[in-house]
Amino acid sequence: MFLSDSDLQAIWLTVRLASIVTAILLLVGTPIAWWLARTRSKWKGPIGAVVALPLVLPPSVLGFYLLLAMGPHGPVGYLTRELGIGPLPFTFWGLVLASVFYSLPFMVQPVQNAFEAIGDRPLEVAATLRAAPMDAFFSVALPLALPGFLTAAILTFAHTVGEFGVVLMIGGNIPGVTRVASVQIYDHVEALEYAQAHRLAAVMLMFSFLVLLALYAWRPNPKKAG
Amino acid sequence: MEDIHARFHIDWPGFRLDVDLTLPGRGVTALFGHSGSGKTTLLRCIAGIERVSAGRLTFNGEVWQDEKIWVPTHKRPLGYVFQEASLFPHLTVLGNLRFGMKRASGPVRVSLDQAVELLGIGHLLDRKPDRLSGGERQRVAIARALAVSPRVLLMDEPLAALDLKRKQEILPYLERLHDELDIPVLYVSHSPDEVARLADHLVAMEEGRVIAAGPLKETLARLDLPIRLGEDAGAVLDAVVGERDESWHLARLDFPGGSLWTRDRGIPVGRKIRVRVLARDVSLARQRQEETSVLNLLRGRVDAIEDEDHPGLALVRVRVGESPLLARLTKRSASALGIVRGQEVWVQVKSVALME
Repeated sequence: MFLSDSDLQAIWLTVRLASIVTAILLLVGTPIAWWLARTRSKWKGPIGAVVALPLVLPPSVLGFYLLLAMGPHGPVGYLTRELGIGPLPFTFWGLVLASVFYSLPFMVQPVQNAFEAIGDRPLEVAATLRAAPMDAFFSVALPLALPGFLTAAILTFAHTVGEFGVVLMIGGNIPGVTRVASVQIYDHVEALEYAQAHRLAAVMLMFSFLVLLALYAWRPNPKKAG
Repeated sequence: MEDIHARFHIDWPGFRLDVDLTLPGRGVTALFGHSGSGKTTLLRCIAGIERVSAGRLTFNGEVWQDEKIWVPTHKRPLGYVFQEASLFPHLTVLGNLRFGMKRASGPVRVSLDQAVELLGIGHLLDRKPDRLSGGERQRVAIARALAVSPRVLLMDEPLAALDLKRKQEILPYLERLHDELDIPVLYVSHSPDEVARLADHLVAMEEGRVIAAGPLKETLARLDLPIRLGEDAGAVLDAVVGERDESWHLARLDFPGGSLWTRDRGIPVGRKIRVRVLARDVSLARQRQEETSVLNLLRGRVDAIEDEDHPGLALVRVRVGESPLLARLTKRSASALGIVRGQEVWVQVKSVALME
C-alpha cells in the first residue's frame, strides 16, 4: 500500500474538516462579505480589519487566543459547558471552530470583491423590475458573484487543508480526531520516517498544485454587462 | 387623468436640486438640460432609486414619498430604462424580459408578445446579452421595462451611449411607443434633436432648477429659453403632407397657419409629420421678395423680440397663423427693417428639418 492506514485516516480527517469549514464559511462569510461590500458605515474599516487578521497573525497567536476562549474559563468554553456540549479544545468540533476563524478572510475577501465588482446598477435595475432587496440578492447578486464564490470556496478549502499551527494549539495530535495530514507529516519527520513523510508530502504537494492549477487555468471570462 | 407632482430639494457639496413641478400624465415629457443640470437625479428621485429626505412625490394622487411615507422602488408601478442597457448578463434576452414581468402585479397593459413585437426583438430571445449589438441591447432594455406593464415609463438618456447609426435604429421604435401605447413617458435628454422629435411636453433644467416647463411647441418658442439653446434654437411644427409635386420633386407640408415646401422624401400624402425650423434658417423681410431662391414665403406678425447673448444678435418670434416661428437676425438688420412688435412681415424659411 502506498499510504499507511493512519495516513489515510489523516487525509480523510483533513478532507472532512476542510469540507465542513468551507460549508460553514459559505453560510457565515456571505452575509459578512455582502455587508462589507455594500455598507457606508464607519464600522466597515474595523470589521474588515478584524476579518483580515488571520492573514497576518501567526497561527500560534490565533490558536492561543482561541484556546483561551474555548477553555473552561473562556466565554466559548462557558457557553459550551452551559449547553452541555463540554469543552471544545482537543476535539474535532473545536478544530472546526478554530478553522472557521482561521480561514475567514479566504472566504470573505473574494466574495466581497465579487459583490463590489457588480456595482449598484444591476441592483437598481432589479428594483425597477419589482424585485425586493432579498429577491434581488438571490436572483441577481448571487448569480453574478458566482465566480467569486467558486474562487473563495477553493481557497478556503485549500487553506484549511494546509493548516498546521492552529491545529497544534487547539487540537493537539489525536489520531482520528484531530491529527490532520499536515500534523501527520510532522509526526513522520519527528519519528525519522522519511519515506512515509515523502509519500504524504507528495500527495499534499500534488493536491496544492492541482488546486492552484484549477484556480488559474479556469478563469471564467468576465461577461460583459449589457 | 394621471399626473406626477414632484418636489425635491437636494443640497450636496457641488450639486443642488430644487424642483417643484407637475408633470402631465400622458404623452412624452422631456426633462432637458446639460449634464449636471440635475435631470437624471430628478428622474432617479422619482423612481425612488435616490432617496432625498426633503421631498414629496405623488403619482396620480397616490403618495410615493413625503415626511412619513416611503414607497420603495420595487413597489412603484414604473418602468425604467438606464443610459446603458444594463441587461442581466447571466440571463438570456427572454430571461431578462421575464424577470420583471413575472414579479409585476396589477393589470397587464403590455403583454410580452406586444413588447417583443414593438421593439422588434423576436429573433433575439434565446441570446445572451453579450451576443447583442449596442442598439439591440437597448431595445431589449426598453422591452424589459415595458413588460412590467408600467403606469409610467422613465427613460434616462436611452440613446446617449449609442452612435448616430444606432440612434437612428432606435428612434423609430420610440416613436412607435408614443403612437401605440398609452403610457406616459418621462424622457431625460440633452439632445435638442431627440426632444424636438419625441416630446409633447418640455421641462428645461439648469443647475438643478426648472427654467421652463410647458407644452413643447409653446415652450420652445419662448424667447428666454431658446437663447440658451444657441445654434439649436428653433420652432417645432406638427404638419401633414398635403401635396407632392412630382415634376419638381417637392412636397408641401401643411401646418396650422400655413404651409412649407420641402424636398420630397417619399412620404405619402396625408401622413402626419413633425418638422423643425431652426431660427438661423429663418429670415424676415418687410416686402415680399419676388426674386429669391427661397421657396417658402409666409405672412406673419412679429410677436416678441429679445436680445441674444451675443450683442450683435436678436431673436424674433413671429406668429404665422397660430404657429410660432423663431428668426435669428443681426440687430443691424432688425433696426434697418424697423422691426417692432405687432408688425406684419414676410417670413423666409430656407430649410426645414423633418423629424423622422
